[in-house]
Amino acid sequence: MFANLKQLLTETGRLGRFASHFFPQTFQARFELAEFIRQCYIIGYKSFPLVGLTGFIMGLVLTMQLRPALLDYGVATELPEMVGIAIVREIGPVITALIFAGKIGSSIGAELGSMRVTEQIDAMEVSGTNPYKFLVVTRVLAATVMLPLLVITGDAISLYGSYVGVNIRGTTSFQLFFKMVFDGLAFSDVMPAVIKSFFFGFAVGMIGCYKGFNADKGTEGVGRAANSAVVISSVAVFILDLLAVQITDLFGLN
Amino acid sequence: MTGDQTIFNSNTDDTIPVIRIEHLYKSFGNNAVLKDFTMQLYKGENLVVLGKSGSGKSVLIKCIIGLLEQDSGTIDVLGSDVQNLDEKELDELRAKVGFLFQSNALYDSMTVRENLEFPLRRHWIKMSTEETNERVKEVLHNVGLEHTVDMMPSELSGGMRKRIALARTLILNPDIMLYDEPTTGLDPITAKEISELILNLGEKYNTSSIIISHDMNCIRMTADRIVMLIDGCCYAQGTFTQLEQNNDASVKQFFEQWQSKHSII
Repeated sequence: MFANLKQLLTETGRLGRFASHFFPQTFQARFELAEFIRQCYIIGYKSFPLVGLTGFIMGLVLTMQLRPALLDYGVATELPEMVGIAIVREIGPVITALIFAGKIGSSIGAELGSMRVTEQIDAMEVSGTNPYKFLVVTRVLAATVMLPLLVITGDAISLYGSYVGVNIRGTTSFQLFFKMVFDGLAFSDVMPAVIKSFFFGFAVGMIGCYKGFNADKGTEGVGRAANSAVVISSVAVFILDLLAVQITDLFGLN
Repeated sequence: MTGDQTIFNSNTDDTIPVIRIEHLYKSFGNNAVLKDFTMQLYKGENLVVLGKSGSGKSVLIKCIIGLLEQDSGTIDVLGSDVQNLDEKELDELRAKVGFLFQSNALYDSMTVRENLEFPLRRHWIKMSTEETNERVKEVLHNVGLEHTVDMMPSELSGGMRKRIALARTLILNPDIMLYDEPTTGLDPITAKEISELILNLGEKYNTSSIIISHDMNCIRMTADRIVMLIDGCCYAQGTFTQLEQNNDASVKQFFEQWQSKHSII
């Protein structure tokens, strides 16, 4: 029990030390712009179909499952507003971040892990390249910037899924549905959700890089790096979400 | 310690040390890997560091290139004390030292051309596109693999990957080459080809080399001088023939198996 706790604290400390290099390295020349754009394409653009599909299904299913309960209480007309708040405030960012952790966290962990094991990171260092800057900063920045964009597009697709769900059993125009969704949303619903997405993206990118960068030798080490990157970043998303709700509560935004 | 004699080939200038290592100590936790290790590499020389697996051979060359930091001692490479260099100076030094990794370390996500161009681009070598293409073509010609220029590393065999990795280290025209077990994992014929390549390219570009190996065929072909790394220090040194005739048990064990195989052939 104490050994596990000690290991957890040690690992957290190491992760913190690894992450502490991020800001000095980010703002120090030379800037790896080409690699950053390439990572934005891989991390953001290539994740779009998966986020879009899961978002659409999520909106559709949520609507179809909520509808009977709301009908029982006679408040079915509030369905767009309710689904809108649920998706924009909580379900959209968290589910997208979890999908992102599964796809991007594992791929970063495995890629950097195999680069470590096959000495590619050392080769990069002897080729006049700072591997932390080239591999870690670019990936973490790309994840931090791209996840909020994915969350926003995921939310939009999810709301469209919800609109489709509403129209399976009833008839609501596109304009009316989205007017009701936006009427129900306040600035204090949207901003905290977008802001926490940046932190989710940073956590997923940083944990994936940390695990990959410090992978043990051998193929087993690569598998372990990818696996633990997903597990730890998924847990981190929930912990950050818990912190975010406390902070927004403190500011009276709930 | 045993033999201390050295015989060099005609290219060797035994008055100019390009690498000077003195009283080097390196440990990982309680495991002391290098203990008071001292050696020199002279200009134009092919020096083999021979030792058992885990004896600290790779640690030694990683300290030379600044990938690992020594606990104490001096490593002087081309007149620069590696430990006291800042990031920029270390990069400048690394441009003059080629490192062939045991696992080749080719970038999987890049084509052979991109792999070869990477050190040129990263070391800010000013070259026109034509000059870069010409250089890529030249190093690929040197290793006999011109046709692989647009292939991915995953499409290449083990021997081809080793040759491409060798070409990548040569593209900067290094003064010193560090080879980390260049023939490990290769079949005997390919291993012989790689050994010949090391020898030929060393002569062609007049590089000084440190070759980490325990492949006795490779060592016999390439070594001007052998340093035996046993118990973390320079236990013995000399030419292949000198060490082969050495009666010290620790030295003898490396040559006995090779001699028995050789006598059967």
